[in-house]
Amino acid sequence: MEVATYRAKAKIKTEINQIQFLNQEGQVIKSLPKFAESPDTLLTLYEAMQQNRILDERMVNLNRMGKLSTYPEATGQEGFSVGVGYAMNSDDYCVYYYRDQGTQMMRHIKPNEIMAYWGGDERGNHFQNNTTDMPNCVPIATQYTQAAGVAFAVKYKEKKNAVVVTGGDGSTSKGDFYEAMNVAATWQLPLVFAINNNQWAISVPLDQQTHTATLAEKAVAVNMPCLQADGNDIIAVIYAMQLALEHAYDGRGPTLIEAVSYRRCNHTTADDATRYQPAEAVKAAQALDPILRLEKYLLAQNILTEEKIRIILTRCKDNIQASIDIFLQTPKPKPTDMFDWLYETLPKQYQEQRQACEGDHDA
Amino acid sequence: MPEMTMAEAINLALAHELKHDDNVIVFGEDVGKNGGVFRVTDKLQQRFGDKRVFDTPLAENMIAGLAIGMATQGLKPVAEFQFMGFIYPAIDQILNHAARMRNRTRGRLSCPLVFRAPYGGGIHAPEHHSESTEALFAHIPGLRVVIPSSPARAYGLLLAAIRNPDPIIFLEPKRIYRLVKQNVDNNGQALPLDQSFILREGSDITLISWGAMLTESLQAADQLVKENISVEVIDLATIKPIDTETILNSVAKTGRCVIVHEAAKTCGVGAEIAAIIAEKALYYLTAPIKRITGYDTVMPYKQLENDYMPSTKRIIKGIKSVMQENLSGVIDEHI
Repeated sequence: MEVATYRAKAKIKTEINQIQFLNQEGQVIKSLPKFAESPDTLLTLYEAMQQNRILDERMVNLNRMGKLSTYPEATGQEGFSVGVGYAMNSDDYCVYYYRDQGTQMMRHIKPNEIMAYWGGDERGNHFQNNTTDMPNCVPIATQYTQAAGVAFAVKYKEKKNAVVVTGGDGSTSKGDFYEAMNVAATWQLPLVFAINNNQWAISVPLDQQTHTATLAEKAVAVNMPCLQADGNDIIAVIYAMQLALEHAYDGRGPTLIEAVSYRRCNHTTADDATRYQPAEAVKAAQALDPILRLEKYLLAQNILTEEKIRIILTRCKDNIQASIDIFLQTPKPKPTDMFDWLYETLPKQYQEQRQACEGDHDA
Repeated sequence: MPEMTMAEAINLALAHELKHDDNVIVFGEDVGKNGGVFRVTDKLQQRFGDKRVFDTPLAENMIAGLAIGMATQGLKPVAEFQFMGFIYPAIDQILNHAARMRNRTRGRLSCPLVFRAPYGGGIHAPEHHSESTEALFAHIPGLRVVIPSSPARAYGLLLAAIRNPDPIIFLEPKRIYRLVKQNVDNNGQALPLDQSFILREGSDITLISWGAMLTESLQAADQLVKENISVEVIDLATIKPIDTETILNSVAKTGRCVIVHEAAKTCGVGAEIAAIIAEKALYYLTAPIKRITGYDTVMPYKQLENDYMPSTKRIIKGIKSVMQENLSGVIDEHI
């Protein structure tokens, strides 16, 4: 399928057909793309989504124990997060927002680094096995224009990689999002905008965020191709991402992907979603769960069995526990680290403060 | 050595770095074919091609975000904001990302970039084109803020800024872009980024200023020679970090200090300098420090512009008032 281009004409109703391969019963409704024919691939995706969810459960526990600062969970959005990471090549570049732990783990960022970051240790952004991806980005939508800069650098250096930038539905209301799409389209940068439309920006629902029927159609304004995928169907997410990435690798410019899911959790551990999310909507979203959907399909295909599920869950829990052990055993950073990474060489004017800091914290 | 204006010297420095480092790129609004609204990037696109020198869509926040993304991946962006009055949408990117990229990734990524912007008043420009808000940036940890005051220093400081591995706000006093010509040797020699320049040695009082206000400051110093007041004039040049050593040595020698800046008084860079002197050299002072600055008002439109900016007359008056004070006398009286 070609990536469609929607041109604004005098009278236009932008038609965006959501891509879906598996329905909520896990039944194939459209012939699967090539990558999804491999049982091993599907098992990898299933396990990665389970690991994402188990990480989140343990992160919330660590927060409740006082070991972690505020943490944003991704329950119900693992299809997006893992799918985006899976679709990318390891030498592509990812510019994250802050609910991308599934993507990060797919891109060799270690769970204990994720824990360090949300545990209040800057070293969590010093990804040991991924030297080029951008760090977690908390200020909403600021990552988009940076991603355009990364994509410019890729193009300038005549590399064949692509850049993926992620964000949530709320971030599409900011000028940064439009500014980045505009420059990416104008300069035909190898950039994929991957939007996790989980319906909620903290407590504000999508219909209070935008007048458009979809977020994908916002690309029409800059004449950029766009696709909408069922975010609860990881196969659809990966399929859409692969189309957009191939498009970028071929030098044909940027694409906007919207993956529609539902945030079946608090915005962060500091939030209480029961204050604003209707219980019936959450219940309805539960039936759409991306992990459950793939599980149903894999069970029906005999690729997965109850026994295999138990083995996978145990492995995920062990992985995360091993990371928790590393996290909890890591000594806190030195106070002088505040100074030592501020500039490449600390100007002599700040040496006195550094020395004072060292003295203030002597045992 | 050719004589040239500050605008030409900046152009020369940009060309020097474009020529010697393929990772250097120059961009902004109207910097390409038009050569910038002040012609500072004149003919650079013609000489180095539109891959290296180019216009962006009109969005300052985006210019900053782009530069950050580029810098983290090994490029050396030199981005222009057309006027300092339009830089504010970019503060989000500058404060939240550029200034802390190295710190927040513990050195995995960094932001070697330069944000250039013409700043300051005195050219009778429209509203929002004349402010001096350097203190906003001087307050941000992780940044450097540089303001040249002559063609030769603009050349050397910009070379240093482009070669520096950290993010730099390079503010160009547009009133003196073409005010004076000076010999500038295109020798590729950078100046230090944490050192002030003593423009005139003196023994009675230290005057600290930067940017275009050095014009009036030097005029005041010249006139006061006739009245036997010897003014030591320091061009601060690097607003962040501040060269405390040069300031303190001078104040220790003269015992008196005035600080001259265009920016509003409250929390201006002058306040920081006064605090440094109070912390480190109070006992050398024989008179209170005086700040001769723009008022704590909104920068007026052109009809009142000259009434806002510190004039030579105001500087002379301020220096004379400090010369009349004698702190040791006051203390003696009270003992």
